[in-house]
Amino acid sequence: MSALIDYTQPDINGKFGKYGGKFVPETLITPLKELEETYFQLINDKSFNEELDRLNKEYSGRPTPLTFADGLTKYYNKAKIYLKREDLCHTGAHKINNALGQILLAKKLGKKRIIAETGAGQHGVATATVCAKFGLKCFVYMGEVDIERQSLNVFRMKLLGAEVIPVSSGSRTLKDATNEAIRDWVTNISDTHYIIGSVVGPHPYPMLVRNFQSIIGLEAKEQIQKAEGRFPDYIVACVGGGSNAIGIFYPFINSGVKLIGVEAAGLGITTNKHCATLTLGREGIFQGMKTYLLQNDEGQVSEVHSISAGLDYPGVGPEHSFLKDEIIADFYSVTDDEAIKATELLSRKEGIIPALESAHAIAYLEYLMPKTSNDEIVIVNVSGRGDKDLNTIKNSLGY
Amino acid sequence: MSFISEYISEKNKNNEKVLSVFLTAGFPEIKNFSELAINILNAGADMLEIGFPFSDPLADGPVIQHSSLAALNNGINLNNVFQYIKEIRRKTDKPLIMMGYANPVLSFGINNFVKQAKESGANGLIIPDVPIEEYDNFFDKSFDGLDIILLITPTTSNKRIKLIDEKSNGFVYCVSVSGTTGITNQNMNGTIQFLQNTYSSVEKNRMLVGFGISNENDARNFAPFCDGVIVGSAIIKSLINDNSDYDKTLELIKKLKGAVRKN
Repeated sequence: MSALIDYTQPDINGKFGKYGGKFVPETLITPLKELEETYFQLINDKSFNEELDRLNKEYSGRPTPLTFADGLTKYYNKAKIYLKREDLCHTGAHKINNALGQILLAKKLGKKRIIAETGAGQHGVATATVCAKFGLKCFVYMGEVDIERQSLNVFRMKLLGAEVIPVSSGSRTLKDATNEAIRDWVTNISDTHYIIGSVVGPHPYPMLVRNFQSIIGLEAKEQIQKAEGRFPDYIVACVGGGSNAIGIFYPFINSGVKLIGVEAAGLGITTNKHCATLTLGREGIFQGMKTYLLQNDEGQVSEVHSISAGLDYPGVGPEHSFLKDEIIADFYSVTDDEAIKATELLSRKEGIIPALESAHAIAYLEYLMPKTSNDEIVIVNVSGRGDKDLNTIKNSLGY
Repeated sequence: MSFISEYISEKNKNNEKVLSVFLTAGFPEIKNFSELAINILNAGADMLEIGFPFSDPLADGPVIQHSSLAALNNGINLNNVFQYIKEIRRKTDKPLIMMGYANPVLSFGINNFVKQAKESGANGLIIPDVPIEEYDNFFDKSFDGLDIILLITPTTSNKRIKLIDEKSNGFVYCVSVSGTTGITNQNMNGTIQFLQNTYSSVEKNRMLVGFGISNENDARNFAPFCDGVIVGSAIIKSLINDNSDYDKTLELIKKLKGAVRKN
């Protein structure tokens, strides 16, 4: 009774409706095709799946728990709240799910050198981790602004043996790190695999990253069945590029569950300091994909802002653009301040300090919970833990 | 038959290869850009590729990233670019090609873009982030009369070269080395071999070579294996370091043209 029978995105050209595709320089077409072919070969290969399963269990610590949040549930006194605990993954976030899948792909492709982009540093750490584990050279592009605000993760990457390459172009955040990683890849395609960290970029990345991340939703499905004997009414996840969101949404598409993505409203959506792409963007072509994009009237990409480095991105995964247009998922946004308050709330009520990215999903409960009833169930994806953000949180809360 | 293609063929008849020069619109200065473009044509450039800037030029190296950003900071938008092309067109019969990324075109409105481009006197268009996979979705019938020039790179298979040759008009743009603009050639023998192979596979179109040509030696080395060369980053770099009359840049153009004149 897979709900996915009706949902077959993307098509063979990597399109989610009109979104996605391969808007890349010619040099990248051949490596993308190789990647796609190798991926399809591997997902039908028993030993590949067994190895990935084993790594997920024995290395990452999967399955991650689905925790009943009794403190938070009592606080709102409405629907039951469960937390999907990606914060308990090895390296502290869901990013490892994709990094493990892609490092096995890179090995199969015979690549010796791995590059990645990172915003919050969680994907950089996950990539540095799997490179250490598999003995591959790792280079992580990171914007100078992010290096500053996520210094702990920079150190983690270095400790893991990766080289962190500061990016000083543009807004010096995630989008610019991604540009630089793509430029590196164009230049070094013969020996290099690019591990993109989210469901963004040209086909097949949005598809294969989603598929590696969908383990989150597959586990949650089983876990909530076991705990409650049914599916939840709502699933809430934060959306930057959107990999944790699509990871938990995908197995629930067309199953009657309301899927809610929460974007970063930064200082507020009436200011120009936000990154609420699906809320305020319009169709664009950016970093290899057609998708919603925050841009000015002339098609120049906007400089965006979020207190959370992982959400600080002007684009969004093309599948989310499709889900929005088709009203399969709904997208809202919360501000920096709301995310900080939610961080404190989850810390106090559940003893869980969420990453600032995940705190956006928690913050949306303020809007959602009053509309729910006691017999309903909400799952929130806690995509990562907050250790990396402690300095930012400390400065914001002032204690 | 395409005007650009005929123009190149005509030059080639006299045992001469063409020199195509890339400029970023509105760079280094907004004010005298059209005049600079004309001077560059007069110094020996056979055609111009006029870049319209984009905030995130992912196929470009640091030099053209710099000129694009500077142009954007100068306030350059597509309307300014069309205006420049009109001004340049008034003073030249040589091919003028627009080059830039897909998003500003999409944002401007594809039909409107094509209309303005044709009216201003542009003959061709290069959009490096629209490969043949996206060709039919992006370039509709309204593009008739504006040559869509596609790229071939060292990673392009022979089968794809045929497809690209089929779809491309004006010429095919052969990227000599995998990388971003401004890259230097590390393996000249390998590059020459690639150019030879590609040159013999391209049948419908003339073939121009770009990327990795930074001086007259590179131009001279590549000239036998193509119908012309494209120089971009080296020109932009020269403009950055030049005096206000751009004498050194015009001298560089003369040398580059001299290197491909007789082969």
